[in-house]
Amino acid sequence: MTTAPQQTRTLPAAAGIGYKPQHYSDIIADARPVQWLEIHAENYMGDGGRPLAQLRHLADRFPISVHGVGLSIGGEGPLDRDHLARLKQLCDWLQPASFSEHLAWSSHDSAFLNDLLPLPYTDATIARLADHIDQVQDKLGRRMLLENPSSYLAFAESTWAEPDVLRELTRRTGCGLLLDVNNVFVSATNLGFDPRAYVDAFPLDAVGEIHLGGHDTDEDDHGAPLLIDSHGAAIADPVWTLLDHVLARSGPRPVLVEWDNDVPDWPVLAAEAQRAAEALAKLRPALRAAS
Amino acid sequence: MTGLIDDFLPALMDPDRPVPQGLQDGTGRPAGRRFNVYRNNVTASLIAALEQGFPAVSKLLGAQNFTGLARAYQQDNPPRSQLMMHYGEDFPAFLEATPQLAHLGYLGDVARLELALRRSYHAADSTPLDPAALAAIAPEDLAATSVTLAPAIEVIPSPWPLHAIWTYTMIPGIPKPPPQPQDVLITRPDFDPVAHPMPKGGAAFVAALREGATLGAAHEAGIARNDSFDPAPILGLLLAGAAITGARQG
Repeated sequence: MTTAPQQTRTLPAAAGIGYKPQHYSDIIADARPVQWLEIHAENYMGDGGRPLAQLRHLADRFPISVHGVGLSIGGEGPLDRDHLARLKQLCDWLQPASFSEHLAWSSHDSAFLNDLLPLPYTDATIARLADHIDQVQDKLGRRMLLENPSSYLAFAESTWAEPDVLRELTRRTGCGLLLDVNNVFVSATNLGFDPRAYVDAFPLDAVGEIHLGGHDTDEDDHGAPLLIDSHGAAIADPVWTLLDHVLARSGPRPVLVEWDNDVPDWPVLAAEAQRAAEALAKLRPALRAAS
Repeated sequence: MTGLIDDFLPALMDPDRPVPQGLQDGTGRPAGRRFNVYRNNVTASLIAALEQGFPAVSKLLGAQNFTGLARAYQQDNPPRSQLMMHYGEDFPAFLEATPQLAHLGYLGDVARLELALRRSYHAADSTPLDPAALAAIAPEDLAATSVTLAPAIEVIPSPWPLHAIWTYTMIPGIPKPPPQPQDVLITRPDFDPVAHPMPKGGAAFVAALREGATLGAAHEAGIARNDSFDPAPILGLLLAGAAITGARQG
């Protein structure tokens, strides 16, 4: 690989975006208001070529968050050691400001399903997740963030509420959390709970990053709304409102806009990031008043 | 109790299986079509990865036919790795084993070419040898010289006019393919892989070089497939494509 970039130790409490190669020139020319970038780890696990060369240039200019989508931390089998070694190689080279993965599973044996699949919230699941998170943090030599999923169904056998699962995992492993506000809104709509109550139960002190993204709308068998976490549209207004609710309680955090499908031109994405920056800016007078 | 692997996974991969027990909505009613969101996500993402990875095969078949084939392929061939950039390793063989496609004999090689372009794009970087170093080798010593090739080099042997079929498919206004077979060489001078046609025997020549054969022995490997095989133009392509990274005698 090419020479190692110099990275900061943490993400700034500012607006970031999920990096797409088609925006490379726009970002190099003028990234404002975007102050940091997130990449999907698996897209940068080739041996060389343009992806890694671009990443090195970007990492010289922006704090980078490495976001894994393939480790299957919730899987029933052992962690994929080859994949964990690839993550370590990428993190050792890039020295990113953050590494995060998902409360989900995506592989079994030799099959990788390329989706984030749901878990029953039981003692056994928590024990397995804690063990896997320990292994990841030991191997990478850094604290990781774990992201809450978007849910379309629930498991009858679940005995824990999701915020409690995440709180327990931070307690057992020392990991941090990535709070995806769109996922909260999608899950709350799909499973009929109050998204604000979820946020109020969430261990916000452990949150090292916030995600925002767009969703699509469908219906279940009974005509009830079924939101799909598509990352292919603008962020919905109720999600922005929920972000304000989160930030008022958590204080400033790094806020990322994700747009992975039907990716728009840079100005559209930059406008979404601007809205996130404004949500963070609104906190400042409140913080001053409190001090 | 719902085992993720015993219950969830088989139902996920086979839409004809019933939704597993123990999955429900927020009020305890059976999950029903909510389970299909996961089925659709998996299927749609894998089909999209194949469409993105095999644009020429998709154009040759038409988008609708391609989607049907991709749907059938992914059901029995989920990715074996998290590196989706290489997904579809078995797609060429799958296309060749599909009876309805028997009249399009070249499809498998077009798919192999598209896989090779992706491998080349993601291959390790390398520094080309100074052409002066090669020029300094005495002509009588060339046959006993072996070269190191860049990791981004790929070759695809084919009984079809493969390069011409591919360019005819992907670039508007290109003349119809000639009937002669073509091997294909892929070089990556900087970041963008470039596909070049080679006469029959070219793939054997480059493959022999990659395995460490001398230029003389690689020449013989080319001649074994084509009496009139001439390595000089291919060496020219390799040099121009920053593909020779080292040379040594013997």
